[in-house]
Amino acid sequence: MATLIPVWFDGLLGLGLVWFAWQALSSDNLFRAIVLFVAFGLMLALVWVRLAAPDIALAEAAIGAGVTGALLLAAMARLNVVIYEQATDNNETSSPPRRRPASELVALLAAGLFVALAWTLYHLPLDTPGLRQAVSEQLANSGVSHPVTAVLLNFRGYDTLLELLVLLLALLGIWSLGQCPRQAEVATGEVLDALSRLLAPVLLLVAAYLLWLGASAPGGAFQAGAVLAAGGILLLLSGWRLPARLTRWPLRVLLAVGPLLFLCLALISLLLEGRLLQYPLAQAGGWILLIEATATLSIGAILVALFMGGNPEPGQPDE
Amino acid sequence: MNSFFIYSLTGAGLFVLGLYALIVHAHLLRKILAINVMSSGVFLLLVALARHSGEPAAADPVLQAMVITGIVVAVSATALALVLMLKLHSATGQTQLHDDSGE
Repeated sequence: MATLIPVWFDGLLGLGLVWFAWQALSSDNLFRAIVLFVAFGLMLALVWVRLAAPDIALAEAAIGAGVTGALLLAAMARLNVVIYEQATDNNETSSPPRRRPASELVALLAAGLFVALAWTLYHLPLDTPGLRQAVSEQLANSGVSHPVTAVLLNFRGYDTLLELLVLLLALLGIWSLGQCPRQAEVATGEVLDALSRLLAPVLLLVAAYLLWLGASAPGGAFQAGAVLAAGGILLLLSGWRLPARLTRWPLRVLLAVGPLLFLCLALISLLLEGRLLQYPLAQAGGWILLIEATATLSIGAILVALFMGGNPEPGQPDE
Repeated sequence: MNSFFIYSLTGAGLFVLGLYALIVHAHLLRKILAINVMSSGVFLLLVALARHSGEPAAADPVLQAMVITGIVVAVSATALALVLMLKLHSATGQTQLHDDSGE
């Protein structure tokens, strides 16, 4: 760990993180709780940088804080809880039944659990080598020079393949629950209009850059996909709607192209090399770039579709 | 007391804090927030423990990849949970689960 930054900085950052989490979880106002949760995510991204994990920091800032925050705020807006919470705030005589009567007991048990965990952590053996060595030995055979991308797309490619399928599965679950709620045509301000026109191409460029960078430096399909999704969500918020003719096949192809291509290449590698996801050595770099490029498109599309919160296809009316 | 131990303690603290909030709060949106804080604690604990050992050049790439995978899975689970909550709200008008014990 760099000696330039003393240990008390880490202590302060850790305490700040816990404080943000506590404030987010105990705030009376739901809106404030969600904003604090986003701030918590950004602070956590800082911690990832301190732990020398810049890939996670990028993913945390874009997905953990950004997309999750957008999802939470959109859900809260649909619940209309702001009005409800404010109403209970004004009503001082009867506090809302937020906490259960046994909360003191739960707090006591939780504190006990924390002490037990801390004791275990303190007594853990520290001399385990980890897998860093194994990865760096095989890095030359992976087709990329950045170890995290090598693990994600090559050494443990099946994790990533199944993860893409989990994303699709979650979207399938959401679509099976009904159509996406009709969003009111709100007049957005000139500033937002101009800003979204300005930002959308920049976000596209950043996503492409992150994708390309992933082969040799922190970056890659997930971060690029999250940036794409941020652009899509921004466009949705500033009044753009998916044209109805695109909601059927074009959208589905876009959502599935990443996982499908990954699956096809996995099967081809099974035929060529005899093992699932063992890429031919000479083509590994190209295959990984192809998989990452389509995965970026699919991840971006899936995250935006998750934000829509339902099947956008106009068809048989819900309920 | 080095900084990895501090961050492992922070991870454990976040997990316990989230668990407490998950049990104590009845509002489903707060429960979803709590689960997200719990998962952040687990991720932090994983990476901080891996950095505990070996040379401190960079975090273990296998764990970094696992945590990135975890973050993406967490966001998809959160999205599904939020839509389920909205469906419950539109079906029953409530934002919490029915308590059978009747308190």
